[in-house]
Amino acid sequence: MTPNEFIRQHEQEWRQLEALITSAHSSLRPKKSPDTIFDEKLTPEQATDQAAFPSLYRRICLHLALARERHYPPALIERLDRLALSGHQAFYGARSLSSIGQFFVHGFPALIREHARLFWLAGALLYLPALLMGLLVYFRPEMIYSLLDHQGVNNLEEMYRAGGAIEPEPGSGRAADENFRMFGFYIKNNISIGFQCFASGLLFGLGTLFFLIFNGLLFGAVSAHLIHQGSAERLFQFVIAHGAFELTAIVLCGMAGLLLGRALISPGRRRRSEALAHAAGPAVRIVYGATAMLLIAAFIEAFWSSGAYLPSTGKFIVGGLLWALVAGYFLFMGARRES
Amino acid sequence: MPLLDTIRTIETPEGVSIRLRLAGPVPRALAWLLDFFIRLIIYLILLLFLSQLGKFGLGIGMIVVFLGEWFYPVLFEVYAQGATPGKKTLGLAVLQDDGVPVGWSASVVRNLLRAVDILPLFYAFGLCSMLLNRNFKRLGDIVAKTIVVHRDKPKPLQKLPPGFASPLPVWLSSSEQQLIVAFAARVPRLTPDRAQELAQILRPARHTSTVLRADVDSLLGYARHIVGER
Repeated sequence: MTPNEFIRQHEQEWRQLEALITSAHSSLRPKKSPDTIFDEKLTPEQATDQAAFPSLYRRICLHLALARERHYPPALIERLDRLALSGHQAFYGARSLSSIGQFFVHGFPALIREHARLFWLAGALLYLPALLMGLLVYFRPEMIYSLLDHQGVNNLEEMYRAGGAIEPEPGSGRAADENFRMFGFYIKNNISIGFQCFASGLLFGLGTLFFLIFNGLLFGAVSAHLIHQGSAERLFQFVIAHGAFELTAIVLCGMAGLLLGRALISPGRRRRSEALAHAAGPAVRIVYGATAMLLIAAFIEAFWSSGAYLPSTGKFIVGGLLWALVAGYFLFMGARRES
Repeated sequence: MPLLDTIRTIETPEGVSIRLRLAGPVPRALAWLLDFFIRLIIYLILLLFLSQLGKFGLGIGMIVVFLGEWFYPVLFEVYAQGATPGKKTLGLAVLQDDGVPVGWSASVVRNLLRAVDILPLFYAFGLCSMLLNRNFKRLGDIVAKTIVVHRDKPKPLQKLPPGFASPLPVWLSSSEQQLIVAFAARVPRLTPDRAQELAQILRPARHTSTVLRADVDSLLGYARHIVGER
């Protein structure tokens, strides 16, 4: 068969597939499953088109193979090649975000339990330096200046002094617009730190190590300094509620980063690149969960922590409940499904 | 496969292989620059608008910058066939290693890991990784199993200049036939002298040159016959 006869015979089918693929792309929504590649509101004609797609696509693959085998003109092979590629993408590219609800109900806590050792390691990397630095600063207060300069220490003391930014008039919060500004700030700042803590795990885990330890040192130093200054109550009634989410989420981001780092340091029987790609799946899902937690933390920190809706005893109780909630979530959610 | 080439083939489950043309650092850097300026312009316009709203606007502004810096590429890669506006302008697209469009997780991974590729300065790690990797992958691409390819614009099927068709006087292998067709398709873009010069090369290459006429018109005739004109 000559190339021109070949084109005459099959051109109809090629155009049909081209049209189907363009109509599939024109809907901008992500595709749900291979059966619903195309728009759901279909006319009867379109519905038959949709049913015809797989067989049509396979026919085009056959044509491509034939055209190659028979050494038809390069331009023709190229055209079929491109057509097969777009068919391939439309057919196999139908990936979906697996149900978000499912993920948070049991997938996420189960994932953390599965990698519990890394969680504790990441936690230790944050809290042990915090504890050590805290003790150091408490007994030798000048050590705070090894992490913060004078300006920083002054700002800190200013913020937490009686009647400072953290302690508004009883019964009222900060002005609403100030709350919202801080909400934006916490989102940008804290989630970016979380992402960097994860991403820098790619440097053999060293970046994650740095972020965890550095933030731990800072947290410990600041807390000890304020306790030393006599502002302990003001500090803890501020941090306890959002800390449940924020500190845990930073540990989780660190854990995700350590997953990447571990894949590089001990890839096992895989190549390093393969091990990395393998670790990326669970790691990114941990980051999804941590991002959600950081969003909650930003919300609480901006709109609740700085407010004086309750006396500080009340805020301690609420904060304690939130810690119990987070702990209970990771310990028990979805556990029955696992067993 | 030629050694110095950026074409990769992937095999589909249907058993045919499809060719992809990988994109190197330069077009990707240009696409990034374009995206950077697009984001900058969006931020500036928003700044004008949000500055009217005081602290509330500042809060929104910070959220927008956060989303823009981390998720601008993700949204476009997932919802616009693997291409941010910058990539689209340069004809690039992000695909998974197996040639299908990127999904959420792969796109999030490759874009979060930008934070490492960008280190220590100006994407130095990313550039080194791209130059060392045979598929031009930056670190984020390695972890996410993605590639960046040129999305070729469809070229019209090359038409041979019209004329008579004459059957080949000798048997030629299919790759030799293909050579003649490829040459014939190029003839309209060559000067007559150059076309004749190229046609002459055929003469000493074949033992059968006595029967195979190596002038432009005869070659065009053979080519038309090969592609099926009668």
